[in-house]
Amino acid sequence: MLGIEDKGVLAAYLLCIASTVLCVLYGIINWNRGDDSVQATDLKWAAEEKKVEEEL
Amino acid sequence: MLAQVQLFEILVVLVYLFAIMFLGILGYLRTKTQTDFLIAGRKVHPFVMAMSYGSTFISTSAIVGFGGVAAMFGMSLLWLTVCNIFVGIFIAFVFLGGPTRRMGHILDAHTFPELLGRRFQSKFIQVFVGLIIFSFMPIYAAAVLIGGTEFITEKFGINYNSALLLFSIITTAYVIMGGLKGVMYTDALQAGIMFFGMLVLLVFTYNSLGGVAAAHEQLAELNKLPSLFGKIGFQGFMEMPKFGWGAPEYELWWVVISTLVLGVGIGVLAQPQLAVRFMTVKSKRELNRAVLSGGIFILCMTGVAFAVGALTNVYFFKNETIAGRIVNITERANVIVKQERDIVVKIPCKLIHLDTNGDEVADTDLVMNGYDVEKDGKVTPFSKLMPAAEVTQQADGSVIVKPHAISFLRSLVKLPSGDWMFNSDAIIPKFITSAMPKWFGLVFLLTLLSAAMSTLSSQLHAVGTSIGRDIYEQIPGRAGKGLIVIKSGIILGILIAVLFSYFNRGGYIIARATAIFFGMCAAAFLPAFVGGLFWRRMTKAGAIASLIAGFAVSAAWMLFFKDKEARAIGLCYELFEKYSLLLDKPNWSVVDPLIIALPISIITGVVVSLITKAPSQEHLDRCFQGAGRTPVSSHGKAKPVKAG
Repeated sequence: MLGIEDKGVLAAYLLCIASTVLCVLYGIINWNRGDDSVQATDLKWAAEEKKVEEEL
Repeated sequence: MLAQVQLFEILVVLVYLFAIMFLGILGYLRTKTQTDFLIAGRKVHPFVMAMSYGSTFISTSAIVGFGGVAAMFGMSLLWLTVCNIFVGIFIAFVFLGGPTRRMGHILDAHTFPELLGRRFQSKFIQVFVGLIIFSFMPIYAAAVLIGGTEFITEKFGINYNSALLLFSIITTAYVIMGGLKGVMYTDALQAGIMFFGMLVLLVFTYNSLGGVAAAHEQLAELNKLPSLFGKIGFQGFMEMPKFGWGAPEYELWWVVISTLVLGVGIGVLAQPQLAVRFMTVKSKRELNRAVLSGGIFILCMTGVAFAVGALTNVYFFKNETIAGRIVNITERANVIVKQERDIVVKIPCKLIHLDTNGDEVADTDLVMNGYDVEKDGKVTPFSKLMPAAEVTQQADGSVIVKPHAISFLRSLVKLPSGDWMFNSDAIIPKFITSAMPKWFGLVFLLTLLSAAMSTLSSQLHAVGTSIGRDIYEQIPGRAGKGLIVIKSGIILGILIAVLFSYFNRGGYIIARATAIFFGMCAAAFLPAFVGGLFWRRMTKAGAIASLIAGFAVSAAWMLFFKDKEARAIGLCYELFEKYSLLLDKPNWSVVDPLIIALPISIITGVVVSLITKAPSQEHLDRCFQGAGRTPVSSHGKAKPVKAG
């Protein structure tokens, strides 16, 4: 298959593609999930991070 | 010589650098970092989030260094790509990203050591983790510098030291002048260039070798060639190394799988500069969306680098044809194959030096043939192991040369000392220069500049904040006064990285330096990081014990057992007059520290946590608020979550 005879190498080659497909499918299925509202802690964190960024 | 460099190429690089600076200034004026988006409550485009993470993750180390290793040892390295995508993207984003972001915000942690320190209420942890990052990150930064330097050396025909200076100045100037800010436009541009460059490389390589299956079949045909690595288990470029334990013929399997695949593949989960990226997103939704583009991006980076790396053997052995004039011939040069303390393996070869661009200066060096060596009545047939270049004289005095060399034996470089060496880190640069169209060399240079800049900026940010924020500011009375220390730490980190790059070349140092840092991070940080995010019962004592055990076992393994590192450092020899205490036990001296240290670190963390007093419920409630689970009290009984 694909000109690859060694099972270990063939498995790696196919799993690279399969892992990518898994990532793509996961991204599509969960595209609109997990939209947490921004909390006060998030904003406090971001303000401090901004300060660090500006200083640097 | 620099004079050979075409004006056009310099102009394109300058335009690129100006574009990057312009975007940096634009980002500064319009404040378009991920944090700004979070403050404004706006979404960061998931593509940008993934690209930002991806361009930080993937550097010249992966493309040039690991690509060169794939050229040496074959397609088995694709197992690392499997880990890069499945572990580095899927597990990292789906399982670690959300909790890291949430806990980081709740505890107001801005660095990886600060996150661990606050989760476990321990300044010691913050300082200790900061110290490890500050001490070891420059080695990884050096791997990034060497990757770019090797390409510049090959592309522009300048010597390694000048190329190192040039590349270091360009990348660090960018980092110091604003690269630390992580401006999203810049990240996206750099990731876009990397994606385009690697995609073209993939399509061109497979296309030039007759398609996917045909290319693989041609590479498999080279399995039959005699190999320098046959004695350590190399079975061919399209075969896994020989697997087993207790004999020298299994060494390569343990090098490839334990050090390169597992060390780097698992180590990515505890990379300080990557973990903090999760905190900058607005919600879990952006992480979910980023999984899509992140998976594709990484496949296109390491998947392409490793597949093309292995396939370079077909090009160099079967297809490469070089036209030029012979400038001179070295009748007998001892070319270094391996050079470590008290081990120097050299192969006597006849070398041919060609001028391919008409300036009468040799720019291409090749092995014509090898000479057999007789020692103690035993003949080593280097004439069969080395290439047998085919030289055809032309009527006008020029020659056509077919080197017939596999990639490693085509990676001939001249050291500043005048010695010749086979250097796997030069394989990808030589392939780009020889096989690809000239315009692509420029695209690839921009690809490597982008890859190096994006990774270096986050590495140096981590180095600076670890010494300034995580160590210096923990001294009583120094809180908020660490800026000058952060900046000094960045400069020191750069200097150490440049010095390391100056003194280390060859012996697939890029991949090894990367693996050392990734493996160390996994062994020392991973149990405390994952335990801190998911296991409420993990205690401060358990985390400290796990960190110290992981670090100490890793360090001890490198100092006294792992041959390459122990030999280079030399402490083991000073104390025991042996380069590795396990040198006489086959395979042990090539096993990566991670294989030993990570299980010990996990067990230590679990056992010590279980026998020490659980953290206060109040602290746990704070850390895990919004985690969607009912926290467990120190007595194992369920307690309701406190609001806020």
